[in-house]
Amino acid sequence: MSDETTMVKQLAAEKDDIGNFQFPERHKYDAGTGLTPATIDYICDVKQDADWVRAFRHHALGVFESRPMPTHWATRDLENIDFSKIRYYLSDGERPKRSWDEVPDDIKQTFERLGIPEQERKFLAGVEAQYDSEAAYSNVKEELSKQGVIFVNSSEGLKEHADIFRPWFGKVIPTADNKFAALNSAVFSGGSFIYVPPGVKVKHPLQAYFRINSENFGQFERTLIIADEGSEVTYMEGCTAPKFETTTLHSAVVELVALKGARIQYITVQNWSSNVFNLVTKRGVAHEDAEVRWIDCNIGSRLTMKYPGVVMKGRRARGEVISIALANDGQHQDTGAKMIHAADETSSNVVSKSISVGEGRSTYRGQVFIPKHLKGCKNNTECDALLINSKSMTDTYPAISVHGNRHATQHEASVSQVSEDQIFYMMQRGLSEADAMSLSVNGFINDLVREFPMEYSAELKRLIELEMEGSVG
Amino acid sequence: MSTLIESPPAPATPGSVLDQPAPAPEGLPEWFTARRTAAWQRFQDLPLPERTNEKWRFSRIKEASLEGFTHAAEPASLADPHAEHVLDKAVARLAFHNGHLVSADLPENQSGLTVMPLEQALRECPDLIEAHFMKSETPLGSEKFAALHEANALSGVFIHAAKGTAPEDPVEIVHYFSGCQGAHFPHTLVVGEDNAEVTVIEHFVSLDEESAFVIGVSDLAADGAARVRHAMLQRLSTSSKAILINTTSAGRDADAKSLLLNLGGAWVRTESVSHVTGTGANVNLLSASIPGTGQEFDQRTYQIHKAQHTTSDLLYKNALFDKARTIFSGLIIVDDGAHHTDAYQTCRNLLMSDHGEAHSLPGLEIKADQVKCSHGSTTAQIDPDTLLYLKARGIHDKTARKLITYGFIEEVVERFGHEAAGRLLDRFIEEKFKALGA
Repeated sequence: MSDETTMVKQLAAEKDDIGNFQFPERHKYDAGTGLTPATIDYICDVKQDADWVRAFRHHALGVFESRPMPTHWATRDLENIDFSKIRYYLSDGERPKRSWDEVPDDIKQTFERLGIPEQERKFLAGVEAQYDSEAAYSNVKEELSKQGVIFVNSSEGLKEHADIFRPWFGKVIPTADNKFAALNSAVFSGGSFIYVPPGVKVKHPLQAYFRINSENFGQFERTLIIADEGSEVTYMEGCTAPKFETTTLHSAVVELVALKGARIQYITVQNWSSNVFNLVTKRGVAHEDAEVRWIDCNIGSRLTMKYPGVVMKGRRARGEVISIALANDGQHQDTGAKMIHAADETSSNVVSKSISVGEGRSTYRGQVFIPKHLKGCKNNTECDALLINSKSMTDTYPAISVHGNRHATQHEASVSQVSEDQIFYMMQRGLSEADAMSLSVNGFINDLVREFPMEYSAELKRLIELEMEGSVG
Repeated sequence: MSTLIESPPAPATPGSVLDQPAPAPEGLPEWFTARRTAAWQRFQDLPLPERTNEKWRFSRIKEASLEGFTHAAEPASLADPHAEHVLDKAVARLAFHNGHLVSADLPENQSGLTVMPLEQALRECPDLIEAHFMKSETPLGSEKFAALHEANALSGVFIHAAKGTAPEDPVEIVHYFSGCQGAHFPHTLVVGEDNAEVTVIEHFVSLDEESAFVIGVSDLAADGAARVRHAMLQRLSTSSKAILINTTSAGRDADAKSLLLNLGGAWVRTESVSHVTGTGANVNLLSASIPGTGQEFDQRTYQIHKAQHTTSDLLYKNALFDKARTIFSGLIIVDDGAHHTDAYQTCRNLLMSDHGEAHSLPGLEIKADQVKCSHGSTTAQIDPDTLLYLKARGIHDKTARKLITYGFIEEVVERFGHEAAGRLLDRFIEEKFKALGA
């Protein structure tokens, strides 16, 4: 028994360790703390933004400042973000490297500790690694470049491929969509801009890895993925940060455009440290016969507010959100989905499973909208919540609006515990209570974990096991 | 036994409900007049609900305006008190017309059961009323309107069943409304003491096609192992508006059941709050709505569990015809420590036309352990297979549709489990179908 306890402790320490280390800061460019028009100009100057980007940023700052905090429906914890104490742009002024050998040692070590280059060799088609505000490394396999696949960061995308990206930039998620989308539009930096030409099916996933290394920092990456007619792409992102005493802000905007018959799958494994406010706006547009799929897993952060959405704009378009959230002590996972049906015969599916451990709180917030004059739209929403301890909390707030009688929607939610009988059964067969609990929880989310690529699902199961350690007994 | 009141009390001077509350007659208890004054102040201080308020999401908020509504005038001729007394048997019957008592057929020799007009009860048993009168807050968004009700309420009924009292037949209350742009504030207070059993059937009926604004409050309190049933049959004119606020509290092992049949009104907002406060308590919330063109039913509910081993079950069904609009927003709240709660919430929308609009916001907030909670919401049209099945057996399309819709709504009536009330409900459902051309 004592061996087991030591092992549990080791495992837990290892879990905390995965992302909890920091290298000294050596920034050539630092926009300072606080957000003013001068901050925007500083960022534009460093990035040598085009005039229209500068104007776009300044306009967005105005929108950000004019919008109230959405605390009339969201948690009051948002009020603890002090925008004047955040550093909005930090970079070493280097261009992203194409080869790991050129990446500065401390950054290289960071990503090596997180296993990124190893994964790239194994199964990725392209990788981008962002360190604070800018990408440190960005590479895409040669055969993909030859096929015309573009995989660059946001600055490069807007500068060198403006003809491709500008028409869609800020169109799926307009600046005024919400306060945090406006904030991102004002100070965005880094992120991935991806274009997949017609008919190209990218077999292996593209991956981005986001790392915050500096204290009091805000990371605002911007991602835009355009899948041209009949193409297919899978994108994965992961995130970590060291544990600081102070709050860190991560506020991304991710826009996906799936043109006729295209398929985009976007996978997130979010493991921010528990001081990070993770306020992200993600939305995709699916044109005729296209499909946008969000697979979203939230394990880390202090507060996550993220509701991936799909606007089904063309006939027979499909949207899907698969969401797993785990909220432990001090965490609030406020996640959900938004499905906007804007054409006939569109269908959407939302499956959300959340686990609340200790004093953790998980929330599902969803919106399904079927406007007038459409026919044959379908939505299915299922959300299941599992409460582990007596102080765990869970909420569900869906909103379903249906106009007209040629559609079908169904929504179901349930809240339950791990059954005592189940635990007893497993303990009788020699499992410790912790193992039994862990097995039960993994069983609860098993069908969703299968949706992740193999390497990720194994990692995910391990992360969940680690989170569950110490939650019982 | 029947008392027909010949000369109704002197009418209030008609004036805008926004300018002043209805004058209260002399001799009411001091606490009551103080409450009225305080409530009037509160009404003036509270802002009108805003569009960004989550509790008013999707609602046609401008309908809540009382601009132009006056204190209901005394009708020129009073309604025939027996026209709507449609239950075969009732232990007591009361009828009001624009707030004026028309008839009171009160129980005699029914020890333990008190049924009397609110005003009379305020004079005769003020302490009992004070213990229960508008005790809980209005958490669902209409606090301003609840304050206006409190400042004006005088017409209505107080029903009290003392320990172990269980009258066989229900109490029947009818509120008639007539006249143009009148505001009405009917109040119902039902208290069931330990082991008491009481059923109340209430009607809201418009006598003309004029527009009325009804702000009604019905509070039900069920003490230890009491069984309290309440059904509200809302048949206002299709130009009328209403805000109906209901609070139900269930103590230890109590069993409370409330049903709302929503048929009339241009805009009707219902707010129903259940406090499940005693171990072993059970609350059932039922609603059937059949709106047609120009009608919006905005339904808000809370099921609040505050004790261990409690259950609640909500079933709201909406059959939407033509350009009808419904909103259902429900929330199950399981408080800290309310372990072993079983709470369920179901909202079903049946869209009969391509112009209907149904919004559902079924919600859960769980802060306890060992809880079984679920909610479900569906929106669909009549299942084509079911329709085909009936048509294949020679049933005409129109009849088949009506049959299916009827069956859809009937589940709510059956769950109420009161035979005489069920017959009544069926009659009005049938009438509404006829009016909608179904």
